[in-house]
Amino acid sequence: MNVLMPTSLAEACTLCAKHPGVIPMAGATDLLVHWPLRQAEHDKSYLDLSKLSELRGVRWTADSLTLGALATYWDVLQDARIASVFPLLPDAARQVGAIQIQSRGTWAGNIANGSPAADGVPVLMAYDASVTLASAHGTRTVPLRSYYTGYRASVRKPDELIVSIEIPLVACDFAVFHKVGARKAQAITKVGLVITRLASGSQRWRVVASSVAATIKRCPTVEALLNTGTPLKAPADLSAAFAADVAPIDDIRSTADYRRTVLARLLFHSLQGVYDGAAAP
Amino acid sequence: MQRLEGLSKLTGAERYLDDEPLEGPLKGCLWGMTVRSPVSRGKITRITYGAGFDWSQFVVVEPSDIPGPNETYLIENDQPVLAPGYVRHMHEAVVLIAHQDRNLLRRAVASVRVDVAPEPPALDFRLTPRPDQIQRGSDNLLKKLQIRKGNIERGFAQAHKIVEGEYETGAQEHVYIEPNAMSAWIEDGPTGDVVVVRGSMQCPYYVLNALKHALKRDESRVRVIQSPTGGGFGGKEDYPSTIALHCALLTLKARRPVKIVYDRSEDMAATTKRHPSLVRHRTAVDQNGKMLAQHIEVILDGGAYVTLSPVVLSRGIIHAAGPYTCENVLIEGKAVLTNSVPYGAFRGFGAPQTIFAVERHMDRIAAALNLDPLQVRRVNLLKDGDTTSTQQVIKGGTDRHALLDQTLHIANYDAHKREAEKFNRTHPYLRRGVGVATVLHGAGFTGNGEVYLNSKVDVAGRPDGSLEVLAASTEMGQGTNTVFTKIAADAAGYDIADVFVGTPDTFRVPNSGPTVASRTVMVVGKLVERAIDELARQVGQNGSPLRGPALKSAIQAWHRANPESELKGRATYQPPPDVKFDDKNYIGDAYATFAWGVCVAAVEVDLRTAAVRVLDFVAAQDIGKVINPVLATGQVQGGVVQAIGWALTEEMKFKDGGMHNNTLTNYIIPTSDDVPSIRVHFHENPYPHGGGGAKGVGELPMDGPAPAILNAVAHATGADPRAIPLTPERLLPLLR
Repeated sequence: MNVLMPTSLAEACTLCAKHPGVIPMAGATDLLVHWPLRQAEHDKSYLDLSKLSELRGVRWTADSLTLGALATYWDVLQDARIASVFPLLPDAARQVGAIQIQSRGTWAGNIANGSPAADGVPVLMAYDASVTLASAHGTRTVPLRSYYTGYRASVRKPDELIVSIEIPLVACDFAVFHKVGARKAQAITKVGLVITRLASGSQRWRVVASSVAATIKRCPTVEALLNTGTPLKAPADLSAAFAADVAPIDDIRSTADYRRTVLARLLFHSLQGVYDGAAAP
Repeated sequence: MQRLEGLSKLTGAERYLDDEPLEGPLKGCLWGMTVRSPVSRGKITRITYGAGFDWSQFVVVEPSDIPGPNETYLIENDQPVLAPGYVRHMHEAVVLIAHQDRNLLRRAVASVRVDVAPEPPALDFRLTPRPDQIQRGSDNLLKKLQIRKGNIERGFAQAHKIVEGEYETGAQEHVYIEPNAMSAWIEDGPTGDVVVVRGSMQCPYYVLNALKHALKRDESRVRVIQSPTGGGFGGKEDYPSTIALHCALLTLKARRPVKIVYDRSEDMAATTKRHPSLVRHRTAVDQNGKMLAQHIEVILDGGAYVTLSPVVLSRGIIHAAGPYTCENVLIEGKAVLTNSVPYGAFRGFGAPQTIFAVERHMDRIAAALNLDPLQVRRVNLLKDGDTTSTQQVIKGGTDRHALLDQTLHIANYDAHKREAEKFNRTHPYLRRGVGVATVLHGAGFTGNGEVYLNSKVDVAGRPDGSLEVLAASTEMGQGTNTVFTKIAADAAGYDIADVFVGTPDTFRVPNSGPTVASRTVMVVGKLVERAIDELARQVGQNGSPLRGPALKSAIQAWHRANPESELKGRATYQPPPDVKFDDKNYIGDAYATFAWGVCVAAVEVDLRTAAVRVLDFVAAQDIGKVINPVLATGQVQGGVVQAIGWALTEEMKFKDGGMHNNTLTNYIIPTSDDVPSIRVHFHENPYPHGGGGAKGVGELPMDGPAPAILNAVAHATGADPRAIPLTPERLLPLLR
């Protein structure tokens, strides 16, 4: 196992350019799962980001919250202002693994790992976060909603590092995070749903689904349906719109049918009392 | 009394085999690993050792290296130690490899390719096998058993109604905290070299017998020692014989110590599981729900080899009629061969499967007759003097009706039921319900099993007057050492500080039988008391039994008079008087006694996700006298949690006949967040033939929760679930 240990972001970017395919490593909580069995990965090169203090912690500006690439779930859970302004961030953080994982795992790592069952990514996406990438050639910022290009594939180039995540300070008057796992804790999401509604504007609804497509997925068709105030009498009234946005599959954790049904039911019941077009069952 | 090893386990000071430093006899040890079958059935055509490894640096064991028969000694010796050119299940052991570098070994093992000419596997035990799937006899049956009482046709002729039902349970993984682990080395002995095997196990003498058979050695040249064992639940009843043989074969070939520690995924994929079951009930009842005839068919998936399936089936059919009496009973049981990993012992040993069926069926009888499920139970529940399906006359003075009433009271059953029904009328998507199960569990080996075992316990009186209990019964987290210490101290009139329990080591302890079947406290505990009587008799005068300080002084005096000698009292099993069983016709006293229990579960079902949450759970039981209330409560709570997992989430998923979700991420055991407070109540009724008055407690807690929970789900939703695990994916279509 070859581990590169840069001490500055500039050095990290240089090493990335020099070692194509090097794997960035922050909390290493995804990397170390079943590590003894993954012998082939022992031979790869890793870029340990832990010494890059400039990537640590969370910062507030006048119009955004920035999570450094080394900001952990625990960092977010410790910040009282986050809990009041972006309550879904601690809601999601508490659902990631156990406390040990929450104290090591990072939000940027959750994005980089690219799992369609991620718990951190959907809430960031529902708050319309963007991702800043850095390389030896400079930096660029990409909206998280267009970051993924396919299953565990993204716009990040091999020599780029995620350096921060920015969340705009835009008021929401409704926000909910649903995680359906096979048990109440220490579970991987079978169906996930995040809903936010902006306090004002005409395109107010944001709906993000997890574990129902190759990536964490914004659901533009469902959002459009809600934004136009279409009346909803039953979960089935959401099915066609979801079918346009997501493509659940049968896998080791659940079935396509279960995921499709539960996704619609969760959204339908979440809307009761907050959505003008929704009718009680 | 505080649990003896509690603090060292709590602080992590206790070491399992994988945690121990490679010192002493394991200095310079090699690691051993197993090359496994990639398919479910077929002839091995070729084994290719990967390029890029210097194979002269590895120790490789193939079937030809086995000194004796290539057989794992058990009921039938049909399971090979290493696949002899033919595999019958995915992950079956084919070749063993050892090397000092664990990572290099992992890569080398992964490089070995086993080519198999596949043959059609039998993978669904519920289906009649096609001719090309037949691998045993004419029908793939591993065992067939029957219980017959009265004449069911007479009962069906009088029926007011006939209620039928089919019930299914899935495989279950034990998830002991410590995966299987074993070490082996060679020592010099007076009659030649001695193969010493030390590891995680429930039954040292099972391991010894397996080593004697396949290594062709007598017991003076094989020695088995138990290491601190992190849980077993039946998963370390027969499997350790296999891994011990593997370890011993590598050490014999390498002439160096060898250690094998399974990774969790390997342990889950390759070792035994609870038998999946299909149980059919056809019951004749009168208007009051009184059963006039029970026709029960029990089918167990036995997996690829016989292993313990005949005895699991036996216990299963004996418990299949539930704690009820019925004049006309026919129970037909069969265990079927399939090409999956052999199913083995698991807490309850067939009884949880058949009790799930009968207890779910009782609620369905009630529904069919529009009666309260409690009434149907009350009119059928055994009273002293009634007979079971094997015509065993129940006695012992436990009032099962009172136990049921008392449990309902503790559980606040009526209020729960009323409140649930009110709640359900208003909530948009949550539904609550309550369910009950009444259960029994026969403690000790079935029928004449305890007589055949002929168990022995020694208690040594040491020069300082202290006592040492010498038994093969193992501590594996359930509290054997603590309870033996207490039983021995009470019997001898000693302080617990003067009582020790020896480590199970076949060079030191007699065969007190396997640590299974809820028998340790009841059966072996009684032998501990009797061994102390025998010891006291040896040092006493004119036959008067000495106790307390007088016994201690007498032991010290004996040693002064007999220096360098050993003082031991020995007890050998004696069945209680009047216990008789005809094991050919399955008539008579199937167990010397039964423990009795009642479970009440309150659940909440989320109609959005079809997830079931257990809100409250009460488990009340008569287990004779409770020796250690904290440990006994822990046994019940642990059993209930394990049963909640079996009932709701623990689903073994297969791919090409092998376990596909063999990780703790995807095989879902409950967390502390998933279980309610489990309220435990003991109804004490000392059993005169059990150690300290105790009956068995280990397995009973596994029997009731699954049916109680499913009965509660049925009450909450009006659905009729009949298969477990009742995962949300399975419940969802039933709620539509």
